[in-house]
Amino acid sequence: MAAVEPVVRVQADDFDIATENARLTEGRTDVGAVVTFTGLCRDEGGTLAALELEHYPGMAQAEIGRIAREAAERWPLTGLTVIHRHGKIAPGENIVLVVTASAHRQAAFEAANFLMDFLKTRAPFWKKEHRRDGTEGGWVEARDIDDKAAERWHKT
Amino acid sequence: MTKLVYFAWVRERIGTNEEEIDLPDSVKTGTDLLAWMKTRGENYEAALAMDNAIRIAIDQEHVDHDAPLGNPREIALFPPMTGG
Repeated sequence: MAAVEPVVRVQADDFDIATENARLTEGRTDVGAVVTFTGLCRDEGGTLAALELEHYPGMAQAEIGRIAREAAERWPLTGLTVIHRHGKIAPGENIVLVVTASAHRQAAFEAANFLMDFLKTRAPFWKKEHRRDGTEGGWVEARDIDDKAAERWHKT
Repeated sequence: MTKLVYFAWVRERIGTNEEEIDLPDSVKTGTDLLAWMKTRGENYEAALAMDNAIRIAIDQEHVDHDAPLGNPREIALFPPMTGG
């Protein structure tokens, strides 16, 4: 079975989870599992006005495409969608969406997990904090724990 | 001429988001590039001081610091990504 061609979008606009979910299941009877992951902007301690997501135009789309195709080759997916937003995003709003569909749940769960680990460490986005008191916060630092999470997928 | 593009705090510390540069012939790898860039002024030195924290992409693909640069149209320098 040939790997599915992933749908990848990098956009400022919000996305609709139900619409994206339906896109992978409508009119099909071979899908047994859909895993939907949504990453939201989290306000820790009530100080955050917004996160500003800077991205590398072109490379962001290309890199997510590379990661998504790798997932589609590793797991028997029937569909795969990744949407990543850029620009200013307020606490509670959506940042990223991964939808994976497969005949069985294990492939859908694992592929979604793999995608998120690699989006965290390889997709060219950077988050800057804007605080409620009007001051500029710092850039969110990359975390070792995310690198470790991505490393566990390397084939030995 | 090669286009250099910068992102996040690398961009802020250098003070520009992109520029066209003639790279000297001695610059053959990412490591060479970072060493040479740091001689271009205090802002570059401050932006690129921690070599290990700088990621390099050649024509929009990540590469290791010791990879040959080749003859790229665009080189990007940026901090570790925090997407997702």
